Amino acid sequence: MAAAPQARPDATAARLSALALPESGAWAAEARKAALQRLTATGLPGRRDEYWRWTDPSSLNAAETPPAALFDAREVPPFEAVDRVRIVFVDGVFDAAASDDLAAAGVEIERLAEAGRHDIHWAKELYGVLEARGQAPVPRPLAALNTAFAPDGVLIRATARAAKAISLVYLHNSETSDAILHHVVKVETGADLTVLENGPAAARFNKVMEVEVADGAAFHHVRLQGRDHELRSATHIFAQVGEGASFKSFTLTVNGRLTRNEAVVEIVGDGAVAHVAGASVGDGDFHHDDTVFVTHDAVGCESRQVFKKVLRNGATGVFQGKILVKPGAQKTDGYQISQSLLLDEASQFFAKPELEIYADDVKCSHGSTSGALDDTALFYLRSRGLPEAEATDLLVLAFLAEALDEIEEERLREEIRMRLEGWLRRRRK
Amino acid sequence: MLEIKNLHVKLEEEDKAILKGVELSVDAGKVHAIMGPNGSGKSTLSYVLAGREGYEVTDGSATLDGKDLLAMAPEERAAAGLFLAFQYPVEIPGVGNMTFLRTAVNAQRKARGQEEMSAAEFLKVIREKAKALNIDAEMLKRPVNVGFSGGEKKRNEILQMAMLEPSMCILDETDSGLDVDAMRLVAEGVNALRDAGRGFLVITHYQRLLNHIQPDVVHIMADGRIVKTGGPELALEVETQGYAGILAEVA
Repeated sequence: MAAAPQARPDATAARLSALALPESGAWAAEARKAALQRLTATGLPGRRDEYWRWTDPSSLNAAETPPAALFDAREVPPFEAVDRVRIVFVDGVFDAAASDDLAAAGVEIERLAEAGRHDIHWAKELYGVLEARGQAPVPRPLAALNTAFAPDGVLIRATARAAKAISLVYLHNSETSDAILHHVVKVETGADLTVLENGPAAARFNKVMEVEVADGAAFHHVRLQGRDHELRSATHIFAQVGEGASFKSFTLTVNGRLTRNEAVVEIVGDGAVAHVAGASVGDGDFHHDDTVFVTHDAVGCESRQVFKKVLRNGATGVFQGKILVKPGAQKTDGYQISQSLLLDEASQFFAKPELEIYADDVKCSHGSTSGALDDTALFYLRSRGLPEAEATDLLVLAFLAEALDEIEEERLREEIRMRLEGWLRRRRK
Repeated sequence: MLEIKNLHVKLEEEDKAILKGVELSVDAGKVHAIMGPNGSGKSTLSYVLAGREGYEVTDGSATLDGKDLLAMAPEERAAAGLFLAFQYPVEIPGVGNMTFLRTAVNAQRKARGQEEMSAAEFLKVIREKAKALNIDAEMLKRPVNVGFSGGEKKRNEILQMAMLEPSMCILDETDSGLDVDAMRLVAEGVNALRDAGRGFLVITHYQRLLNHIQPDVVHIMADGRIVKTGGPELALEVETQGYAGILAEVA
């Protein structure tokens, strides 16, 4: 059993007193009760916890939500060109009028707020279950809190190739909103599903997504976070990947005062693939933390972690990534890279790459670098007539390219690239 | 066209003078060659003209068509018509060769107040010019200079020059690392660009390249100065006497 997190018990008590357990039927009540026990056993995270050394959780723990001013990005909303089913939450509250007809989605979609009132539901085998598995060896109290208290979220079950992507849109309208959402995604044998997420969500956002990718199934996830400068969010993805299955997740984060994205991926079937990637660009008061655990517990599987951060004007980036290869997980191919581009002296990057290997026939590599723009490359581009700002942007995009290449669908990759380009252009000195 | 007067340059980081009073004038339509032993300051001259950081001009001037080059940012010099073919072209992973060239062409057109080139027009022009330099579609798609052989890098430099159509071209040891066939290809690319409105400054150690690119004027540079100027025959003299012989003669 890992050491208990160090937040003072009264901080945990204060946070809990500000929350109410949602009204639930038998299956959800049971799951919430168990989660609450996990949370009270560990308490909320503190700075002395091993995986919170570089990220201060106090604003994520606080009973009261730190306010976040609304921000108009004046951008075309993302994924407009994608054939998708929109599910809209405003400050964590489902907006039926703004959402598409869930019954016409082609996959089974229910809301937790409704399904949670039943006494039996298929989601019982996943809700809080993958999260609980992910609590060892490192506790993730904010995820347990989410399971216990999330009032809503979506439960998605795909049984075949989904014709449309499921697009979760999170709007932010209140400066003090504190949103908790919990999604469960079950991609059944041979099925194929894409889930998109975007939007600032709330002043403070705690989100969990549990994903089961069954044998031979494929799950694609593309997420756009941020744009509001003062957001705070803690998100977790817990995934279980079956035989010959594929799990691919990419996140772009732009702005946000504090973002902690945890991904806990367990590969349980032979010949499976799991890729987790992220690109983040921060300017000024920006703290971005990717904490990723990939466990290989099957033979002949491939995993990739590709994370790139561009930091300037005092922005901070954190990467904590682990590849754990369990005994017997032979022929594992594990790769991990985390890199930061520091555009000035005030910005900083902390990295903790870890490999833990208990099998003898594996190929695992990891690397972490931190550096400034290449002066020679910059001069070369300028000598061809590119103004300094344009040359800098081109090199920044080139730096991020490896992470963006993890997005399989070309149209989505291109959209993300264009958005990044636009963001960089607007921020030229 | 290019006027360099009494140019003195030292390294920014250490108190070491590299150029000690360079005098040079290149007229439109002419090809000038600069030859000289290692460490004579040839490459420094090319970098200073193109605007690389790390050098301090302590005296003198350099103008292109009357405009003060030394006061301009590298991109402004490019827009004014200056082009440097690098001795060691830089690899830029993640940036496609084609994207880079199109961005560069359009940045220069924009700086000169011209309309940007459409994607279709650009494609047509680049295909034609790439073909003449034996650069295939694959090389255009790859990241700039990444995984290119020495010869491919140099041909890529000449392609950039052909696309950007500068008025003053500086070639810094473009022959280094090239085999005979690659050198001929590069020289043909350069010769195709020779016209009455364009000046060339060809920097080289060896006379070899000058068999393919016939210079109008040859300069010998040593210890940061032009010590001797002559016609094409001067390059042959280097070949037969070596730099030592010529330097002894002028000393």
